[in-house]
Amino acid sequence: MTTEPQSHQGPDIAHVTLHNGLEIVVIPDHRTPVVTHMVWYRNGSADDPVGKSGIAHFLEHLMFKGTDKHPQGEFSDVVTALGGQENAFTSYDYTAYFQRVSREHLKTMMEFEVDRMTGLVLSDDVVDPERDVVIEERRMRTDTDPSAQLGESLASTLFTHHPYGKPIIGYMHEIEGLNREDALSYYRRFYTPENAILIVAGDITETEVVRLAEDTYGRIPPRGSKPERHRPREPEARAARRVVLADPKVEQPSLQLAWIVPSYMTAEKGEAEALEVLVQILSAHGTGQLHRKLVMEQKIAVAAGAWYQSTAVDRSRLMLYALPHPDGTLEALEAAMEQVVADLVAHGVDAKDLRRAKTRLIADTIYAQDSQSSLARMYGSALATGSTVRDVTEWPDAIEAVTAEAVQAAAKKWLNRRHVVTGYLLKDEAA
Amino acid sequence: MNDVSTKASLASRIQVVRSTSGIEAWLVEDYTVPLIAMEIAMLGGSSQDPEAKPGTATFLASLLDEGAGPYDSSAFHDRLDDFAIELGFSASRDQISGQLRTLARHRDEAFDMFRLALNEARLDAEPIERVRAQLIASVRNEANDPDAMAARAWFATAFAGHPYARPTKGSLESLPTITRDDLTAYRSKVFARETLKIAVVGAIDAVTLANELERVFGALPAKASLTPVAIAKPQAVGTRKVIDLDIPQSSIRFGAEGLLQSDPDFVTASVVNHILGGGVFSSRLFREVREKRGLAYSVSAQLAPFDHGPLHMGGTSTKNERAAESLAIIEAEIASLAQDGPNDEELDIAKKYLIGSYPLRFDTSTKLAGQLTHMQVENLGRDYMDRRNGLIDAVTREEATRVAKRLYGEGQLFVTVVGRPVGM
Repeated sequence: MTTEPQSHQGPDIAHVTLHNGLEIVVIPDHRTPVVTHMVWYRNGSADDPVGKSGIAHFLEHLMFKGTDKHPQGEFSDVVTALGGQENAFTSYDYTAYFQRVSREHLKTMMEFEVDRMTGLVLSDDVVDPERDVVIEERRMRTDTDPSAQLGESLASTLFTHHPYGKPIIGYMHEIEGLNREDALSYYRRFYTPENAILIVAGDITETEVVRLAEDTYGRIPPRGSKPERHRPREPEARAARRVVLADPKVEQPSLQLAWIVPSYMTAEKGEAEALEVLVQILSAHGTGQLHRKLVMEQKIAVAAGAWYQSTAVDRSRLMLYALPHPDGTLEALEAAMEQVVADLVAHGVDAKDLRRAKTRLIADTIYAQDSQSSLARMYGSALATGSTVRDVTEWPDAIEAVTAEAVQAAAKKWLNRRHVVTGYLLKDEAA
Repeated sequence: MNDVSTKASLASRIQVVRSTSGIEAWLVEDYTVPLIAMEIAMLGGSSQDPEAKPGTATFLASLLDEGAGPYDSSAFHDRLDDFAIELGFSASRDQISGQLRTLARHRDEAFDMFRLALNEARLDAEPIERVRAQLIASVRNEANDPDAMAARAWFATAFAGHPYARPTKGSLESLPTITRDDLTAYRSKVFARETLKIAVVGAIDAVTLANELERVFGALPAKASLTPVAIAKPQAVGTRKVIDLDIPQSSIRFGAEGLLQSDPDFVTASVVNHILGGGVFSSRLFREVREKRGLAYSVSAQLAPFDHGPLHMGGTSTKNERAAESLAIIEAEIASLAQDGPNDEELDIAKKYLIGSYPLRFDTSTKLAGQLTHMQVENLGRDYMDRRNGLIDAVTREEATRVAKRLYGEGQLFVTVVGRPVGM
């Protein structure tokens, strides 16, 4: 704590695999005597069986319902009594569980997590009210919010065949039909040591983590192989499509343009990095091209930005969005936004913008080192989608290597207006 | 007895740094990650907005990084991005806050940009109109959001006639009327060294920081001229207000008078209210409303110790057909805590959680800077970090029962509901 480190490469990350296939990543952070303990499973909503949308997320809820050894509530009570925090989340490609506790309680967390990886017990008495909880969650997030409903339609229009088009939480009519047996068969298929990644970040060494993990996770018998994800491949898009949602509750219209683009796993070398830089150039706060042209110069939008879901198993999505100025129309804004993209494709990016985008993206990796839970999530999501520890640690170099030509080429190849999906959120004036 | 000691004194890591003219900051020096985080707060916030112009503080806070000193808005943002500096300001009901995060190697540039934003924001016509349009869009965006509607209606009714009734982010009526003169008047009234609190965490030493403090804050006026704000008690307690919105779920907001942070019972009240609805799976509301009955995904309660009208409040979202049932359960739990206080087991688990999880509140530089600023604003003293867990541990069942009665009284609430609740 007295000298500034020579470089900013970040902490030394350890990566080992137990005999039963469970992978372990250790991220040292000795500033406070706490650890973040996370288990990631390589399955998410995109692995939900057909007709059972929402099962990955529903099971995530049910994983808090106890085992023979530790009945419902005991694990949470122990975490709480130890002053720990816990939660879980489900995404398209993974499901993860975490606790944050004082370092001396790490083994206790491991014991409980192992217990529910192998011994989940479910009865209708706990499954039924929890299904109602998920139904209320869906109502809260989606069914009361026109913008979220448009987002759902936009995704299912963008992905016509691949399950990234389905909502993580599931469709209401399918959630209503999910039962105990659905949850248990999904659990038996995916909750195995070969399919799990243990991430421990915090005030602990690799040696200690491996010793504790061998003593806990190491006792789980291997299943022999990793479960396979069976996902249909999205066909090449041929058509531009338009999704319009009009609702009397909408007071602020909005516009979105969406494309299917490569993720780190499907991209050719350097292509995903080029898309990251592209999105940064388009959407950086106060300096992005969308802000500069649509908000500052043309005054046709009041806000504009972009995002790219780069960490994914299959081809993923990139979106541009904007809120129109009260004096303008969505149609004019759409044309102006397409022009920003067309200019980029035709003329490429400015050297200053490129420099700025790289500086910011690389600085973000240093800022991330300030938070052990951010680091844990960064490594967890990367490994759960098929990247390696090395991909993450060498990411700043890969970003540094992105050229202006690569950014222009990525824009030209992927942001093609011939198969863009456009979303309009409008006020329903007739209702 | 719980283990309330921490291996090293947290308070002893806090240095008090003073500039030549006496500007003070709390510093935690740490070189593990090559960055510096700073948080500042000045008293005021939206409760100092002119009566007819709610949103003034938020408007000003949003404009401070939109051009300052020699840089117009574009040049200012370019410079922030060139050095990967994160800088921003915001307004709550009682405070204006500012945050800065920079890589250690861009320290000079970062503190200089913060100095410009704080002292020399230009408030040019172009960004004023642009940010106005953004703020209006954001208000429109929340116009029919059920949670936002329930909260707005709650404050508008409970604090009618008081500054807390006015929307912090302004309204469609007020935002078009706010002028540059309103913004500069607010700035000269509120921005002052008198109420300024500063915390810095990261790769910087005390001598360097003392120089930066003088440079950044030295030019601020010594005194603020705040409009006095009366202490208000929430009105309409014991009543419900239902606002019709065509959605399948009712968003419920409830609350009543709470305790000031400076109240001698505040720590005990925070333990009691944590038992009611703290963000853990063991809280009474979580168990009764969510786990046992599946009535809601989210249900919680918290203390909101506003300077001029402290509250205890909470909320949930539940399907229209069962909204009345959810509210009845919440009211029964509050009444039961008021009547009997917590039992030994739930008091013990709450204390253990609050004690054990305290370090998780400052496990990043940004969070630590936020905590250190908060401690200064609330006048808690540097040693609070070492004392705080002992205060929690000392809460007895008798004390908790007495304070539960004081906090919840007869269990009366003012409730706003947005949706189409059946039977309400």
